[in-house]
Amino acid sequence: MKASAFAYARATSVADALELLTAHGERAKVLSGGQSLLPAMNLRLIAPELIIDIGALTELRGVVVKEGVLTIGALTCHADLLKSPEIAAHAPLLTDAVAHVAHPAIRNRGTIGGSLAHADPASELPACMLTLGATIIARGPGGERRIAASGFFAGIYETALAPQELLVAVELPVPPKNSTHFFHEFARRQGDYAIVGLAAQAFVRDGRFTDLRLGFFAVGDRPLLARSAGKLVDVAITPAVLAEAASALNDELDPLEDHQATPAMRRHLAKILLARCVSSLLARPELRAGASA
Amino acid sequence: MTAAVEISLNVNGERVEANVLPRLNLADFLREHLELTGTHVGCEHGVCGACTVRVNGDIVRSCLMLAVQTHNATVETIEGVSDSGEIADLQSAFRERNALQCGFCTPGMLMAAQDLLKQSPCPDREQIREHLSGNYCRCTGYQAIVDAIETTARARAGRLT
Amino acid sequence: MTTARENSETLSALDRPNSYIGKTVPRPNLDRLMQGRGLYVSDIELPRMAHVVFLRSPHAHAKINGIDASTAKQMPGVIAVVSGSELSTVITPWVGVLSHLKGLKSAPQSAIAVDRVCWQGEAVAAVVASSRAQAEDAAELVSVEYEELDAVTDMRTALDPATAVIHASLGDNLAFERNHDAGAVDQAFAESDEVVEAEFVFGRHTGVTLEPRAVVADWNAAEARLTIYQGTQAPHMVQNIAALHLGLKESQVRVVCKDVGGSFGIKVHIYADEMATYALSKLLRRPIKFVADRVESFNTDIHARDHRCKGKIGVTRDGTITAFEIDDLTGIGPYSMYPRTSAIEANQVVNLVGGPYLTRNYRARARVVFQNKNVMCQYRAVGHPIACSVTEGLVDLAAMKIGMDPIEIRRRNLIADDAYPCASPSGLRFEQLSHHASLAKLIKMMGYDALRAEQTALRAKGIHRGIGIASFIEVTNPSAAFYGVGGAKISSQDGVAVRLDAQGSVICQTSITEQGQGSESLTAQIVGSVLGVSMDRVRVILGDTDITPYGGGTWASRGAGIGGEAALQATKVLRKNILDVAAAVLQSTPGDLDIVNNGVVNAADGTPRIDLSELARIVYFRPDTLPPGIQAEFMATRHFVPREYPFAFTNGVQASWLEVDTDTGFVKLLKHWVVEDCGTIINPQLVDEQIRGGVVQGLGAALFEKCVYDERGQLTNANMADYLVPMSGEMPDIDVGHVVSPTLESELGAKGAGEAGTAGAAAAVTNAVNDALRPFGAIITEIPLTPQVILTALGRI
Repeated sequence: MKASAFAYARATSVADALELLTAHGERAKVLSGGQSLLPAMNLRLIAPELIIDIGALTELRGVVVKEGVLTIGALTCHADLLKSPEIAAHAPLLTDAVAHVAHPAIRNRGTIGGSLAHADPASELPACMLTLGATIIARGPGGERRIAASGFFAGIYETALAPQELLVAVELPVPPKNSTHFFHEFARRQGDYAIVGLAAQAFVRDGRFTDLRLGFFAVGDRPLLARSAGKLVDVAITPAVLAEAASALNDELDPLEDHQATPAMRRHLAKILLARCVSSLLARPELRAGASA
Repeated sequence: MTAAVEISLNVNGERVEANVLPRLNLADFLREHLELTGTHVGCEHGVCGACTVRVNGDIVRSCLMLAVQTHNATVETIEGVSDSGEIADLQSAFRERNALQCGFCTPGMLMAAQDLLKQSPCPDREQIREHLSGNYCRCTGYQAIVDAIETTARARAGRLT
Repeated sequence: MTTARENSETLSALDRPNSYIGKTVPRPNLDRLMQGRGLYVSDIELPRMAHVVFLRSPHAHAKINGIDASTAKQMPGVIAVVSGSELSTVITPWVGVLSHLKGLKSAPQSAIAVDRVCWQGEAVAAVVASSRAQAEDAAELVSVEYEELDAVTDMRTALDPATAVIHASLGDNLAFERNHDAGAVDQAFAESDEVVEAEFVFGRHTGVTLEPRAVVADWNAAEARLTIYQGTQAPHMVQNIAALHLGLKESQVRVVCKDVGGSFGIKVHIYADEMATYALSKLLRRPIKFVADRVESFNTDIHARDHRCKGKIGVTRDGTITAFEIDDLTGIGPYSMYPRTSAIEANQVVNLVGGPYLTRNYRARARVVFQNKNVMCQYRAVGHPIACSVTEGLVDLAAMKIGMDPIEIRRRNLIADDAYPCASPSGLRFEQLSHHASLAKLIKMMGYDALRAEQTALRAKGIHRGIGIASFIEVTNPSAAFYGVGGAKISSQDGVAVRLDAQGSVICQTSITEQGQGSESLTAQIVGSVLGVSMDRVRVILGDTDITPYGGGTWASRGAGIGGEAALQATKVLRKNILDVAAAVLQSTPGDLDIVNNGVVNAADGTPRIDLSELARIVYFRPDTLPPGIQAEFMATRHFVPREYPFAFTNGVQASWLEVDTDTGFVKLLKHWVVEDCGTIINPQLVDEQIRGGVVQGLGAALFEKCVYDERGQLTNANMADYLVPMSGEMPDIDVGHVVSPTLESELGAKGAGEAGTAGAAAAVTNAVNDALRPFGAIITEIPLTPQVILTALGRI
């Protein structure tokens, strides 16, 4: 199990990386953390002709908070996200989510930019980007492009990035004070890809949601920002309301079948997650089994 | 274009200059070029953890890193941390507890365990299990490993009575 | 933390200063492994060594119409591309049958497929190159013209007349059938108050040794000798088989086995690609290295446990089990594996079902069918998990039906501890088992009544926990009855040679092998104890057919019981020889002397007389000073094989405590207990760790592991991301206790312990899940118990 031969270029700057991408386009692959790319190459599932290693571009690494915007460089690795006090303070949902990404040795190499550009529908960070209303910043031959997370994920391993573009950063609006979050996923073993997962951000006032964003993952070919969340906003949540939202959620899902679960099981687990999320965010244990009854 | 690339790095405290093909991963570079065969290859797709080494102080899967990516880096393997004595107490705890059987996972397991102990001085059993959750051991069933790490943590914390 | 508990029940006949038997002492070989200084086959490099990659069939069943390797042969680094027919000039095919498995049939198998491939993953060509990567590059350019044939994939229809026959010469797809009928089964069922039936389904799974299979074969044409470096459990078996099929004498083949990265039965066989590697070395006259990659491992390491077993149990209202009946069906792939055959697993199922219980009424049928999937064969605890899951599942179903506690029904039906020797319903002879003592100990260890109370309390809060119990018996210390009587040249005896070196240390060569069980340690413990020397003076050498005595190796839980006894007997002879010489030198009599702490002492009062190092100096360098007529023999060899009983049965009982999330189908293992009886315990810690490791392999089968084939015979999860092995995060702590009933077949009294954990773990978990789901009326008799399976059983999806 050895990768096919390829040529290697160590990008010295973003401009250099873009030049290489422009010259080689789809024949090239950008190597960021490599934690998804290299397994695929070792298994010879893909055999790029050129690897453009952006690992030395330190300007793409780091977390900055400025004027209500959290900017995370594409090369920031999962371990850094997990340890970042800025993220813990301003996007704790992300901190919770990253703890579920694979294992420590993988988190030391894997990057947020790599994860988003890879666009595995079962991975955690893409869904978080939807929930948090992130903007993906890409640079290409024509300059910088800002892509809303809602329009970024286009399918299994597919994104709105053009072959000549490089994902350089993400921007997250800092959620308002007192907003709350919920993250949970069902995975067979610690660090495994989720069977179904949910990254939620909410604002609760007087026992009601005034805002609720539900980013589901592993429920289709891309992460899903559930519209059905709307059914839970500005209403008193009863089991009936929750059941209605679950039913609406069911209509939004288009889950895939794999070794771990049938589509029916994914639909079921998504509804369980919805109930647990609502129950947890509203601190109402009696709703926990609500939608599943 | 697929030609060898010059790299210069530090491995277990020694300067290494090498010409490597881009496709050579770090695990194979360590094993075949530097003959540091203590780093084991169990799956080559980043799941089993047998190839765990330290790069610039952080544990990584050496099958998921290219040798060319270690240019200017510091790499430490099981041979290095054994010879330096850094994990002598951990190894001793593994020995006393029989926390290894065939030993194939053990170098990676020790690297992961030491990583945890450096970050978290007194982890509980659940944290230990979590930190090792990416290191596969087919022989022990993990309990002896968890015990040995827990013992080492307590001893290091000076709380062993 | 859980500490290794001192085992007060284990005893040593030799309670002396150097008595290591029954004591926890660290294994002498661990530092090497912990410092990265082991030597696994994958570490071995030899001059002129080339690497082989096997091009493997993408089809489950296909004719090979042509192979074009012309482009591949031009690739950089390529030394040769060899087809099956080209290789057949140096190696003969084989047929995996044994005469004591009456009616077992199989077809000739070649090292590399010649005209036809019979499973996805069978090798069709060997590409030999300077590096593995170059060989892989070239393999992509070998073009094979296949003509797909109908694939037989479902064992349930393999025997239908409409199903294609895989090997026309065999007439049908039935490899083996065994029927057994004892007592009066029909009458017993008729007289039962309740009769319960269920079908038990087991996931095909595999061993996933962390070090994949690996071989370096080095044919030295000038010496006309083949050296095989291989991670094997049975070096002499490999020597015999390699010689046989390469047309060599055994003396021309040396098998060297250093460190082995896990075995579990996966490395007790000889695989076609390993045979091909030996042959390639002979053909190309240079060392050839084959290291399976992980995908190849999943596609070609033997699989196991693919069974569907219908079971039936009769019970009276007072809890008396009246009869067992099973109908077992298993699909073994296209060939019976060589040389141990693929009928043993089903045969064991027939042997073992109902084994712990009193009833004599037992009927069984087992059918073993061919299919176009990877081969199945013996993997840790061969057949035991199937038999245990079926038996214990049925016992729990019977208890549930009559409203009896699972402990109580077992108390009423397990064979009494004073009833031995006796025989099982399948005719197996038990020397001494301890089901009741084991069960009593288990109940105490787990606090059974308190757990039941906790379960009830939590159930009221909607938390569903379950307790599962599984009693089991286990085959260990197999005699020639296992393989030898069927014509296999697999030794059931083992040999040990011990010698005193010139500085009074001991060198011990044993034919058992080490894959982490602690063979080296237990041998040194026995030698040190019997001779009276400290363990650090004992060096154990194993895994080299040029050096060690002839023997079977380490498999089927035999190393300690058989190899350990050989070590004991050889050391007794050496001890006598040493004392004879010492008596002559000291002008004493052997009976008045003893060896303690590396020196000869007065037996009566322990007064030191002469150090072994001094005695050795005299014997080796100044024999002229010895009294006339004294010839020292400071080397002794003994062999051992059990003769009275074909197998030394052990027994035990396991319990699982777990929680089922009935909304999600996820199972959380909370705790696991095992009590087992392996006779004399040589090293309590090593035994406990064998049990724990074995349990976790069983837990993997219970919850996670399954080779998923599609209807076309494609293995769809042949990687470690999709085939789920047990990892640390989900495994529970496991408490282990012992009851000790030594076998009288040997002076040592040790029986095997390596497979007991695996035998009963899945049964305990399945019973616990069903116990947890009792309020829902759901019964599951299928493993792995995935969330999908559990939610389906609960009617949630």
